[in-house]
Amino acid sequence: MIAADDLNIEVANGELVGIVGANGSGKTTFLNLITGYLRPESGRILVMGQDTTDLAPRELAKRGVARSFQIPQLYTNMTVLEGVLLSLAASSGESSNFWRPLHRDPWQAEAWEMLDRFGLEPYANRPVSELPEGGRKLLDIALSFALKPTLLVMDEPTSGVSIEDKFQVMDTLVGVLREGDITTIFVEHDMDVVQRYGKRVLVFDTGRVVADGEPESVLAQPEVRRAVLGHE
Amino acid sequence: MNLLTIIFFDAINYAATLFLLSVGLTVVFGVMRILNVSHGGIYALGAYMGTWLALWVLEVDLPPVLTYLMLLLGALIVGFLLGPIIERLLLRRIYGSDMHIQLLLTFSILLILDDGMKLIWGMEPLFISEPYSMLGRFKVGGIIYPWYDFVLVGVAVVFGAALVWMVRATRFGKLVIAVIADREVSQAIGINVNLIFTVAFTVGALAAALGGAFVAPKIAVVPQFALEVVVLAFAVIAIGGMGSIEGAAIGAIVVSFARALAIHLAPEVELMAVYLIMILVLVVRPQGLFGEVELRRI
Amino acid sequence: MMNWRALPRAGVAAAALLIVVPPFLPGWILFVLTKAMFMFIAVMGVSVLLRGGLLTFGHALYYATGAYAVGFCVKWLGVRELIFLIPLGALAGFIMAALVGVVMARYREVFFAMLNLAFSMMLFGALLKLYWVTGGTDGLAIGTATLAGIRLTGDSFGYYYFSLAMVGIVTLVVYRFMASPAGYFLRAMYDNEIRIEYSGVAVRQVVYRTYLLAGTLGGVAGVLAAFTIGHIVPEDAFWIQSGEFVFVALLGGFGGVPGPMLGALVFEFLQTYASKYFPLAWQMMMGIIMLLIILFQPGGLWAIYQRIEARLTGKDRGGDHH
Repeated sequence: MIAADDLNIEVANGELVGIVGANGSGKTTFLNLITGYLRPESGRILVMGQDTTDLAPRELAKRGVARSFQIPQLYTNMTVLEGVLLSLAASSGESSNFWRPLHRDPWQAEAWEMLDRFGLEPYANRPVSELPEGGRKLLDIALSFALKPTLLVMDEPTSGVSIEDKFQVMDTLVGVLREGDITTIFVEHDMDVVQRYGKRVLVFDTGRVVADGEPESVLAQPEVRRAVLGHE
Repeated sequence: MNLLTIIFFDAINYAATLFLLSVGLTVVFGVMRILNVSHGGIYALGAYMGTWLALWVLEVDLPPVLTYLMLLLGALIVGFLLGPIIERLLLRRIYGSDMHIQLLLTFSILLILDDGMKLIWGMEPLFISEPYSMLGRFKVGGIIYPWYDFVLVGVAVVFGAALVWMVRATRFGKLVIAVIADREVSQAIGINVNLIFTVAFTVGALAAALGGAFVAPKIAVVPQFALEVVVLAFAVIAIGGMGSIEGAAIGAIVVSFARALAIHLAPEVELMAVYLIMILVLVVRPQGLFGEVELRRI
Repeated sequence: MMNWRALPRAGVAAAALLIVVPPFLPGWILFVLTKAMFMFIAVMGVSVLLRGGLLTFGHALYYATGAYAVGFCVKWLGVRELIFLIPLGALAGFIMAALVGVVMARYREVFFAMLNLAFSMMLFGALLKLYWVTGGTDGLAIGTATLAGIRLTGDSFGYYYFSLAMVGIVTLVVYRFMASPAGYFLRAMYDNEIRIEYSGVAVRQVVYRTYLLAGTLGGVAGVLAAFTIGHIVPEDAFWIQSGEFVFVALLGGFGGVPGPMLGALVFEFLQTYASKYFPLAWQMMMGIIMLLIILFQPGGLWAIYQRIEARLTGKDRGGDHH
């Protein structure tokens, strides 16, 4: 079975790209390919000019590719702050330091600042298990963000978040990402979200990109609406 | 040539023993995803109970033929008693717990059984040779072999085949497969998962006890061999693939050939040969020779 | 720096007691306490692994490695100097862990537990079979240690305080480890391996490093044990020894440092009484206690203590979560 075929996509530095498509259109496969979870049978993946085709997620993470997950992948028995501190320790290459404490500056200060920006500060010293769903989603992205990536890949950042909170979550995220000038690719089910936040949108259908461009013009095309929504 | 024949027959015999010793462990793991460390204790208890009853037959001057019946009876008593008790009373409370909790719980049971046997039967080895010697010997390729060993091979084959048949061809087997595939869904569509677990664990315990009882006449039953049994059984099923009955058979054959070769060619490394093979197999194929690939995300 | 205020008061009080009281205790109690010290160090290795969800049934492998490293030094070199032998035992444990760990780092759960067991049983078999080197079932006599040239018998105050000093060092090392990124990644492993890998950190490395620490602690414990008991046997590598380590970790509670210490102390006294009054049922007793802890008190004795303390002080301190 071919889940993604004949893809030729180039994303510029600092771009914010949304991906839409029906279930099974190859969006998540595409994310899994660029984050190293899957290896393409043919073709190449380049990040910042470097060939990353054969690299595992861990190696990609070291080269500045981070991802968030549709189902948040969190350290469930730790506090929110500790999770972020771990990402900061990893990004400064000190994951194997076994002598100096994790809770120290500059990580501490940085983590608090980040949690503040993500609106998670009130939860900082609470166990992850006490976070509401929207907070879990944000923390999942914060953990990736704390890795200081050059490319951040987000898998449905607003899925599971209530309609009222959706835009608030996205406002927070997009603000933080712009500030950091981080290239971002995100998969999204919600057309409104894509339309409002994406500067560019890719439409996937049966493993191919069928449209690519500005959200207003792309989402106005009837064949795109058919592919994504199943009706015109 | 002669040496090879000896090694071959030794290996086949030992494979039967190993299969009987480990098949219960793989059945329980396959259905319940729990490595039952107390397996070795149940095996040893089956050996003790069977031998003890058989010795009693001889003591009261009943026909020696009855010793076979007593071995069987001992195993049945142990299996039918311990299986449901352990599952209902203890294991049931820790389904869904962390793997290390499940391991520790069954390890505690092993400690209790191991000492319990010492308290009941003392530190002296228990030994009965009649079931073994009564069947006589036969000659093959210039070597003399006891019939009992070959009967045991037969028992192992029949027992293994019966288990495979039970899983593949019976209604119960289909239910078991459903439970293995998805516990929650099975429960939701009305399968009595609790009952399946009790039965599966009892089958595992029975297999262990039977193995112990029928192997007992070949060896002296001594205290504290319970754990060695479970390590050996683990090696066998890890090589074959945890949870697979056919895998246990393959694992038993692989291990027994390795051991037979070691005994005849390098006696010092006998025990180590088993573990070395296990480590080698696992390094090359972590899921075992017959195990299904458990998809690891990373 | 370590936050001393974060240490439980009971821990400080216990440390003070362990320093001040022994001179006033009868000899046999001092001996039991000395045994608890090396037991604690070995159990610390098991506990650290458990924090990452890794259970080992074969930690006696490292304990015996340390003990036999001493044995060979005594036998061939006549060396009994602790200043030399403690680092040697640590190194022996470390090297063994570095070798075995290559295989072990690939496994978790059942396989981790059972492969460790298999390795330790291999060592046990080797210690039995290679009797011309190891003394076989008779083991090796160790005799008396020296510390900077001064003789210290295994039941002396001097040896007790030396053991206590080792416990102090181990406690410091483990505290710092658990508070460091490496220690947190170990705990994180129990939570979510996927996230760790996507953070650019190899879970295998996390396991391997912790395994090295645990092996090293096992080696140190083995050295101390060899001189405390004065005699080493292949049973030091036997599964029952490993089982006792796991038992103590569970008994005390493996969440932090105080749990294993409490566990080790209680264990040694229990064992002393059990060997006197019902020597044949010791394992059974361990099994029953372990069952009760698993079913009714998963946090071990330390959790019980914390609950009592919380009730007395009228506030819930939360306790360590693991």
